[in-house]
Amino acid sequence: MSSTPDTVGPYPLPSVEPTFGPTPSQTVGPYFSFGLTEPWDEREDAVAPYRTDAIEIFGQVFDGLGEPIPDAMIETWQADPDGRFNHPDDPRGAVPYEGFRGFARSGTDEQGNWRVRTLKPGSIPAADGVTPQAPHIVVTVMARGVLRQLTTRIYFGDEPEANAADPVLQSLPEDARRTLIAEPVEGRGYRFDIHLQGDDETAFFQF
Amino acid sequence: MSESESGLKLPKYSPIPEGEDPSNFAEYRSTKYRFPKRPLFHLPPSIGEITGPLLGEDRVGPHDHDLTAHGHGEPLGERIIVHGRLLDSGGRPIPGQLIEIWQANACGRYVHKVDQHPAPLDPNFTGVGRTVTDAEGRYRFITIKPGAYPWGNHHNAWRPQHIHFSITGRALPQRLVTQMYFPGDPLFVQDPIFNAVRDEKARNRMISRLDLEETVPEWALAYQWDIVLRGPDETPNIETAEEHG
Ligand SMILES: [Fe+3]
Repeated sequence: MSSTPDTVGPYPLPSVEPTFGPTPSQTVGPYFSFGLTEPWDEREDAVAPYRTDAIEIFGQVFDGLGEPIPDAMIETWQADPDGRFNHPDDPRGAVPYEGFRGFARSGTDEQGNWRVRTLKPGSIPAADGVTPQAPHIVVTVMARGVLRQLTTRIYFGDEPEANAADPVLQSLPEDARRTLIAEPVEGRGYRFDIHLQGDDETAFFQF
Repeated sequence: MSESESGLKLPKYSPIPEGEDPSNFAEYRSTKYRFPKRPLFHLPPSIGEITGPLLGEDRVGPHDHDLTAHGHGEPLGERIIVHGRLLDSGGRPIPGQLIEIWQANACGRYVHKVDQHPAPLDPNFTGVGRTVTDAEGRYRFITIKPGAYPWGNHHNAWRPQHIHFSITGRALPQRLVTQMYFPGDPLFVQDPIFNAVRDEKARNRMISRLDLEETVPEWALAYQWDIVLRGPDETPNIETAEEHG
């Protein structure tokens, strides 16, 4: 970023004592990698290297000018292939799945590329108790210039029937829905690009 | 707490306060092409969003909480203790949680290839630490007070001294990345990142307090800072909340 002659503020100095309440979010900034991704060899996968049935999910992160974002961080969380979460709040109980932990973290490189290796999740019990959710992965995106992490979902392009019945996908307008579908790439896995802004802006959620 | 027909108990998380959405804040210039222009879509809570990765002990080595112990000698600068509790917004402690931190050295320089600030690196300071909260939700780091650094956002822009914190929480709504500041920093008046939190009370929750009780005489000043994550279910534990408010 180049210097500009503009000024900001002045903002008021803190005038009240802190009160109890949620701690606000701040940007992850441009320098997180040495603290969050490099200690784990640039990225962490959701699955151990020996699982030969692993898939790779990869893509690029773009800003509103269509430029790749070289200082973004992607985290993923998901169910195992049986649709269970390795977490005590899964009512079916936390069931470890061999070589799999459901969480992955990847920085982006100079071209905005990120990737994680994982297992394809199974379908997930319904929030409404009726319609199961299509296989999907929850994704958070952080970057310099992003004040609070953004959350979205990756669905799989080769699950058209499950996707057509998925209550969350179906709640979205068509142009938002299509941004959540990862496209299968022969011999590699699934491509999922993330656009923080612009004509192809990814659908992000609040919850 | 609501119970769905499938028997899943879905706790409720307090909404993100107004003005803390991932939005545009023009004076922080990097937001301009990086904030979603479309309103966020509502996601009904389901099992995938009321769970999350439980990262803990397996990621933490015995000296990871002591950032002064990572080199071959003492790092330069002012040694400090940073400690506090990890709570949820009901005032309940969150034990066993991973806290990751990263920061500049005493000269305001990060160990990062993109950081071009012409200030010296310290061979005895990497500025990376992590710890796991104890049974009462407590954490404690030993580190060096980070320096202010220039960042080019506007003319003569300098970041107030800060330490970056990352906490995954017990569920995705609790995921928090934030920055801890120091009391009385004169640079608050010109920092658009700190001031991007529009509510003053909330903004001031990012400022630690000097803690003379935990200060170790002849050795290190202490700063105390509690971190509060959203929910689940807003039934405040008044006693704890007041005691530590
Ligand atoms: Fe910083």
